[in-house]
Amino acid sequence: MDKIVVENLKYKYPLTDKLVLNDISFKIEKGQFIGIIGQNGAGKSTLCQAITGLVPLFFKGAYGGRVIVDGIEVAKSNISDIALKVGMVFQNPFTQITGSKLTVYEEVAFGLENIGLDREEMKNRIDEALNLLGIYKFKDRNPFDLSGGQMQRLAIAGIIAMRPDVIILDEPTSQLDPQGSEEVFKAVWDLKKCGITIIMVEHKMEKIAEYSDKVLLMHDGKVIDFDTPEKIFSRDDLMKYGVIEPAYTRICKAFDIKDNGLYPVTLDRACEMVVKYNEHNRS
Amino acid sequence: MSIIEVKNLHFFYNKDEEILKGIDLIFDEKSTAIIGQNGAGKTTFVKLLKGLLKPTSGDIIIYGKNTKENTVANLARTIGLVFQNPNDQIFKNNVLSEVMFGALNIGMDEKDAKESSLNALRMVGLEGKINDNPYDLTLSERKLISIASIVAMNTKIIILDEPTIAQDYISKEKIKDIIFNLKSQGKLVITITHDMDFVAETFERTLVFCEGKVLLDGKTNEVFMQDEELKKAHLEPPYAAQLCRKMNSDKIYITVEEFVKANKR
Repeated sequence: MDKIVVENLKYKYPLTDKLVLNDISFKIEKGQFIGIIGQNGAGKSTLCQAITGLVPLFFKGAYGGRVIVDGIEVAKSNISDIALKVGMVFQNPFTQITGSKLTVYEEVAFGLENIGLDREEMKNRIDEALNLLGIYKFKDRNPFDLSGGQMQRLAIAGIIAMRPDVIILDEPTSQLDPQGSEEVFKAVWDLKKCGITIIMVEHKMEKIAEYSDKVLLMHDGKVIDFDTPEKIFSRDDLMKYGVIEPAYTRICKAFDIKDNGLYPVTLDRACEMVVKYNEHNRS
Repeated sequence: MSIIEVKNLHFFYNKDEEILKGIDLIFDEKSTAIIGQNGAGKTTFVKLLKGLLKPTSGDIIIYGKNTKENTVANLARTIGLVFQNPNDQIFKNNVLSEVMFGALNIGMDEKDAKESSLNALRMVGLEGKINDNPYDLTLSERKLISIASIVAMNTKIIILDEPTIAQDYISKEKIKDIIFNLKSQGKLVITITHDMDFVAETFERTLVFCEGKVLLDGKTNEVFMQDEELKKAHLEPPYAAQLCRKMNSDKIYITVEEFVKANKR
């Protein structure tokens, strides 16, 4: 079943002339991991906000077309109802952490208190979220004593405890070191395995290629392509959209090493194909 | 004469937690990347170089000047630091006056400051936006403004703290070109980053910080061959090197270009 349907979506911010989203249509199935790529200014973050309903319910402006999440048209719903279905993780965990809670445990409780859950249910959900993100051992720590990767996982835990069906992450690892960024990708992967639909905006193409079921390529407010990572990164016009293939794909393209007509996009696949290519050339 | 000399540098904010635990380094003109986990002490280290913090013990000598005996204002003519977040740095209401601010502040006259700022804006490709309000520009353009502001001060040393964060491919290439350009003008460029491929493609020398110490120091390609040590610092080599390792190849190449060049016969 389609979890998210976007139909002919158009949007202009107030007092501007340019369509930031220009006739966008696509569908996302439940439980998929969708990567959104494109150069800065392509409309990626605005699209995320349109799925959470912040556009047009909070950010006004000219709006056309429809965004439907779980059968509900977001423009005709309200932000607090959509927030129960769609959770959003920002780029910088400092923006998301409330700053008003003294422990990791209470931080995760914040959203739950706001929706008025009873105590037992809250405890269950907090324990579950902290365990899922691998930060239960830090439950009594001050959120600001965590590392960047731990703090971003806490931000995600706060969202997960709300039990949304969809989680949108807008460049969640750009502020993190390589280890912290890997922690976040692994945690998000575990969420996908629990059946949660994931939408992630990311500039690290190697990671997009490794984790995404499908990749949405955007440029200048439009969807250029929406397909598997292999198909997207096999295109020969990516440069035009300010996007570069994963390093492994660039190497395979240089030697024209294809796998069933498409270039490999992950380390494992590229390694296998390059080794085969070398053996073939030697014999 | 070495450009920067760091001698047995120790630093802590509070006594129980030493941040830098004895660093000895000499910087010459080689462009240098500093990599390492969050919390390894990288940003603290560059703040010490800039004189914003003073060593708890040990010395930092910049072109013969000890940072302990010189004010930040005095050192600012020699060493510039571009902050990680451009919003921490930008406060004027048009691009040109933002970029001129630092140059005027270190005592350049109006005419020189303007000329130097226009050159810097040309270098980062924003010469067409000198009258815009910085906050009408995108985050990546603001990052370029913050770089231009420091370049305009014409210091011999330029430090960039995480220049590639949230930058797309095109902006990253632009920042790479800026670094090459500064290098060709004989400036020492020191850069903190988490982007290993960017390091491999851009810098001659790489320092690995780990828990307040320098774990590795050498030519970038040699540093990225030390898999065991990198693992200790929770770092991974660049993607091309990971592919070489996985293929069990004898030679390790650290960039896609080197890999392709070496294997194409």
